[in-house]
Amino acid sequence: MHAMMEISTLHYLVLGAALFLLGVIGVLTRRNVVIVLMSIELILNAVNLNLVAFSRYWQGLHGPSALHGQVFAIFIITDAAAEAAVGLGILIAFFRNKETVNVDEVNLLKW
Amino acid sequence: MHDFVQYILSYLGSDKTPGASGNIFWATIYVLLVFVGLSIAVIAMNWLERKILAHMQIRLGPMRVGPHGLLQPIADALKLLLKEDLIPEGADKVVFWVAPFIVVLAAFTVFVVVPFGPTHAITDMNIGILFMLGVSSLSVLGIVTAGWASNSHYPLIGALRSSAQMVSYEVAMGLAVVSAIMMTSLDGNGTLSMIGIVQAQFAQREWFLFKFFPLGVIAFTIFAIAMVAETNRAPFDLPEAESELTAGFHTEYSGFRWSLFFLAEYSAMIAVSSIAVTLWLGGWLRPFPNLLSGPTWDLAFSLVPGLAFLLLGAMCFYNTARMPKHPLFKIQTIGLAAFGAVLALIGLLMFLPPVRDRVGDIFWFSAKVAGFMYLYIWYRGTFPRYRFDQLMKVGWKVLLPTGLALLILTAIWAMRTQVWADVIIPAWTGFVDLLRSVF
Amino acid sequence: MNPALNSAASNPPVATPFFFYGLAAVMIIGGILVITRKNAVHSAMALITTLLAQSALYLMLYAPFVAGVQIILYAGGIMVLFLFVIMLISIERQQKERQFNKQWLIGIVAAAALGGLLIAVYTTTTKGILFPPVGRESFVESQNTQGIASLLFDVHSGMYMFAFEIASLLLLVAIIGAVVMAKKRI
Repeated sequence: MHAMMEISTLHYLVLGAALFLLGVIGVLTRRNVVIVLMSIELILNAVNLNLVAFSRYWQGLHGPSALHGQVFAIFIITDAAAEAAVGLGILIAFFRNKETVNVDEVNLLKW
Repeated sequence: MHDFVQYILSYLGSDKTPGASGNIFWATIYVLLVFVGLSIAVIAMNWLERKILAHMQIRLGPMRVGPHGLLQPIADALKLLLKEDLIPEGADKVVFWVAPFIVVLAAFTVFVVVPFGPTHAITDMNIGILFMLGVSSLSVLGIVTAGWASNSHYPLIGALRSSAQMVSYEVAMGLAVVSAIMMTSLDGNGTLSMIGIVQAQFAQREWFLFKFFPLGVIAFTIFAIAMVAETNRAPFDLPEAESELTAGFHTEYSGFRWSLFFLAEYSAMIAVSSIAVTLWLGGWLRPFPNLLSGPTWDLAFSLVPGLAFLLLGAMCFYNTARMPKHPLFKIQTIGLAAFGAVLALIGLLMFLPPVRDRVGDIFWFSAKVAGFMYLYIWYRGTFPRYRFDQLMKVGWKVLLPTGLALLILTAIWAMRTQVWADVIIPAWTGFVDLLRSVF
Repeated sequence: MNPALNSAASNPPVATPFFFYGLAAVMIIGGILVITRKNAVHSAMALITTLLAQSALYLMLYAPFVAGVQIILYAGGIMVLFLFVIMLISIERQQKERQFNKQWLIGIVAAAALGGLLIAVYTTTTKGILFPPVGRESFVESQNTQGIASLLFDVHSGMYMFAFEIASLLLLVAIIGAVVMAKKRI
């Protein structure tokens, strides 16, 4: 039980993996496009958690200025914002034409 | 048991905030104090707003409930608590229930980093100002979900308009804040922490309002306009004005839920005023801390809190003397006299040396924030309302370009010697050499 | 109450396992709610909860700047965008339709295989030796923002300046793309 009392980097990695799996399940099984996009945000967050946890591990090895993981995480957050904006723009354009937000009804190349 | 008492007392001698010294007990005490203080401030704001607006409109405002309407906020609170709790048909019950709590959460969590003094903050985060801007932007989520969950079109349109307005003016606020943060780094140690910003103003011997003369004032003006729009107050209150959209996103909320929105609105006003006071007006610093320093000036300025409360008590006594001498007014007269006596007693308490040394920072900070609250009420009584497209035009086409230009000018002026030596001189010599080589 | 009697160290970790397991539980439950709710607004609110809990975890990992950026951008920006779009596309009709698509079983099997792969990686290569506890070396966290800024912007030690400029260009392209996509007539 004492081993569980000290939170190590492995705890954060396992949590990140669990969130990643939840996001993957969401992307693969849901029909609603908005919820698929939200699952993609979950995946990106899991990756961010991994990066920041490893950045903390590196700080233990290389000193307090080893912040590369955190900088990478900031770039990923920026990128997620851009991707969410464009994805939702596509969704709106698509919804205007076909009146549905289900992924499996986008099955024609031209309508 | 002795260890526990030791743990509690170990904070008293230190010069750090409870967060920095890791003392949970004192952090809880500070949180409770901020909570109570904020609630009292909101109640006082309610009364002050009605009285000051009334006096600006040449009428008297509430006069009946207590002496000069002093018990009116309590009567309002009782009424709101006892009202019937209505949920519109077809509304999403979970989201309808959660939305006011999100707004209150966003408005209250901000006060964790507000600095009432050099060690009088609950904690001093490294990213204090970033945290405040970020958490106050969470209230947009509460407003959008409140409007959507009401299942009715007035709230939905009001919520979308209100959140569009808040998001637009957050950008202008952010730019003004960044240009103030740049001024903290002039001494070599720039910081985002709220206590650090005020200490930078103290070290640079100048409020950031007056720094780089027009640039600090323009930044403060941009922030002052954006903060009024951010909290949906007049003249930017189209989404919640009664004559326009029937009260916007909180139309379907009644009773206790509406009072949560009301509480959150006033707390957000106090929060953004705290940001403005900390960033530009020197936070908890008394007037002229560097110019008029020394023990006599410190003593003179430390008497001001007590004098202010004695003045308030004197005003209460004066109004007691002016009360109508009718038997029906006896309770009100006695009540007002008692209130005046309490205020005078607090004033006398503030003359005692132990209290006098500690209360000065909190008093000056609160006085500056109170000035901002008066400005809010003054704006409400004076300015006509902006139409929504005019509002968005001001936010995006006026404040944003001004903020950007201000940011660039502040950056260039702050680094002017380096810009001159490393950018302009080489560019000029390169250009002259180019001309010389051509001709 | 956790006896953090040594107030000498700056920001000593306090009650860390309690906070970690609590926040991890909030995040996992939020994630499960995101992928299983019928109503998209409920999913969005669960995702907001997950993002805020993640921001608190970043604070526990001594990354306050990333935590602040997460609150401002993710919870205060991206989720507002999601909520706006969900409300513009009023999907009341959606809640009566089928929520999971036809290949849901294969999706779960694939995710389980991925999970097995991750567990295999974590148990065979690490054995817990390489990962010291996170809170033990408590660096002065008052230099975090300055450290990130020096990595991004400094002339001598900054290696991510180019990436920063590319990210700003990316945001410009995203803005133009979103406006073009969502306009009715170009």
